[in-house]
Amino acid sequence: MDLIPRMPLNHWTDIGINYLQLRFGNSFDSLSDFLENMIISLQDYLLLMPPALLITLFALLSWKFANKKVALFSIIGMYLIYNVGLWDATMQTLAMVIGSVALCIIIGLPLGILSAKREAAHRIISPILDFMQTLPAFVYLLPAVTFFGLGVVPAVIATLIFAMPPVIRLTDLGIRQVPEELVELGKSFGSTFYQMLFKIELPLARPTIMAGINQCIMLSLSMVVISAMIGAKGLGGEVWRSIQRMEIGTGFEAGLAIVVIAIILDRITQSFGKSNE
Amino acid sequence: MAKIEVKNLSMIYGGVPEKALEMIDKGLNNDQIRKQTKQVVGIKKVSFSVDEGEIFVIMGLSGSGKSTLLRCLNGLNKASAGSIIIDGKDISRVNPQELRTIRREKMAMVFQRFALLPHRSVKDNVAYGLEIQGIVREERYDKVMNVLTMVGLEAWADYYPVNLSGGMQQRVGIARALATEPDILLMDEPFGALDPLIRQDMQDELIEIQKKLHKTIIFITHDLDEALKIGDRIALMKDGEIVQMGHAEDILFSPINEYVARFVENVDRSRALTASSVMVKPRSVVYPKDGPRVALHVMERFGMSGLFVTDRNGVLIGYVLAEDAGRISDTGERQLDSIIIKEVPSVAPDTSLADILEVIAHTQIPVAVVDEQNSLKGVLVRGSVIAGLAGQRKEA
Repeated sequence: MDLIPRMPLNHWTDIGINYLQLRFGNSFDSLSDFLENMIISLQDYLLLMPPALLITLFALLSWKFANKKVALFSIIGMYLIYNVGLWDATMQTLAMVIGSVALCIIIGLPLGILSAKREAAHRIISPILDFMQTLPAFVYLLPAVTFFGLGVVPAVIATLIFAMPPVIRLTDLGIRQVPEELVELGKSFGSTFYQMLFKIELPLARPTIMAGINQCIMLSLSMVVISAMIGAKGLGGEVWRSIQRMEIGTGFEAGLAIVVIAIILDRITQSFGKSNE
Repeated sequence: MAKIEVKNLSMIYGGVPEKALEMIDKGLNNDQIRKQTKQVVGIKKVSFSVDEGEIFVIMGLSGSGKSTLLRCLNGLNKASAGSIIIDGKDISRVNPQELRTIRREKMAMVFQRFALLPHRSVKDNVAYGLEIQGIVREERYDKVMNVLTMVGLEAWADYYPVNLSGGMQQRVGIARALATEPDILLMDEPFGALDPLIRQDMQDELIEIQKKLHKTIIFITHDLDEALKIGDRIALMKDGEIVQMGHAEDILFSPINEYVARFVENVDRSRALTASSVMVKPRSVVYPKDGPRVALHVMERFGMSGLFVTDRNGVLIGYVLAEDAGRISDTGERQLDSIIIKEVPSVAPDTSLADILEVIAHTQIPVAVVDEQNSLKGVLVRGSVIAGLAGQRKEA
């Protein structure tokens, strides 16, 4: 067993991370600024809106896309959040989730399409996704901090790593599941690559892709708590502080707020995949 | 000139085809090729040509290569060897842009399981081919409504495929294929997934549409009755090769080998055969000017109890019975006019035997076969009809 001396995998990794930081530090900084501005301005917009307006908006969205019960739930749940004084923290969390999910879709959807269309891309992307999904979150939280410092940006990066895989995988799957006859239909009428994609493949893959986005939102929300450890504020920050101070009651309140947001977002996005079948 | 000409077409599934093609040339069979190269022979050395306006039926059991062959014609399958010449151009050697243009303008496909897009209304499904050609909305929908009217679904334009029955869905599929006004229709077992009764309606409808539009149609089926009903010519495939090709009667009456013979054994001949294939030449006729004595003389000579009467151009006038001729010849009448039976049962040459049987059952006198000008082409006598049903070639 001891034929090969211990491989310094840990040192190699450290050296690699150091090199990346020295070589690309500036570009990480500008990326960091961009992400921070995005999340902060999103957060500001959400906080600018009067709580009553936002609650109404969510209720209407729930009503339109889900049903009356969900609409009622979102009114009661969000009022409860406001009532216990977690509104600002919730908006911070919401801003982070919306920003992360938007980035996941912007990056993940094209990658999923590429993976479905090109077997070579699939063979490269698939093991990377395995890696992203199984690597414990704590392991990449640390390098995220070394690259991007403490705060909201490393949290968004960690969330991307954690929540993007289902978007890519389910986009890939959705396109691969398009019935062969419908692909033949597209080809036999002389569709171009993009006509195939936008008129046949993506519309038919939509329920599957929406399931991926739904997963992405749920994973982002669960990452919010973990990323509080590296200085992201919001509901995760509340939970984290109450854990440190052993304040079980406040911790429960913040946890409940996360569940409320999760349920509302889940019900709304689930219905996107179902409508118009 | 032939619209489609396929020459020595072969198609090998999986990998580089050269070695398998060489083995085909050496005369090895598909199993041997599969064992040595791990490749599957889709079709091998198929040649045929289809004329403009013809319905060419490719028939065979599943796995015989008929769908593979059809998909080579529009490039969904890439031919490994041989050529496919459509309007003088070899489409197996065009670049992707040219292939796309050919697919858009020259040909359209109808699918076995309809292949309708569930997220589009009937109208937008039919518009698909026009839409990807970039035709503007108003013009698109004008054309769509025209073809929808042709298949009788104009009232269903705004419904979704899920609301439609199988037969209606396939009408949408046919309308979609017609919408781009292609010369060639490729139909891959289009009625295979439909109930038998609906299938017959659809066959009739296709024949009606074809009478109006005169498309060149390649029609795939595994149902011999369907092939015989629809096809102008039929090619029977087995193991990727065409075993026999010809008109319906060639295949029914002169099967080239045991396999074809078994294939046609159970066919419903009453639907496959037409009046023209079982009628006999009218051995003799009389003209109205001929007197009853002439008529009696002719009947006596051929041992018949009646005769058809035609004018000098062969147009059918009626029928006279021996007993009537005998009666008036005694009275000295010189002309046949008074005894001609004008209401003679008659059928068109392409009437199926099944329909003829019904006519024959209800009449005592022979059935006349007449063309559109009402000129007498032949006579159906019971003996020849029964012989046709039994699978024997009539004595010409």
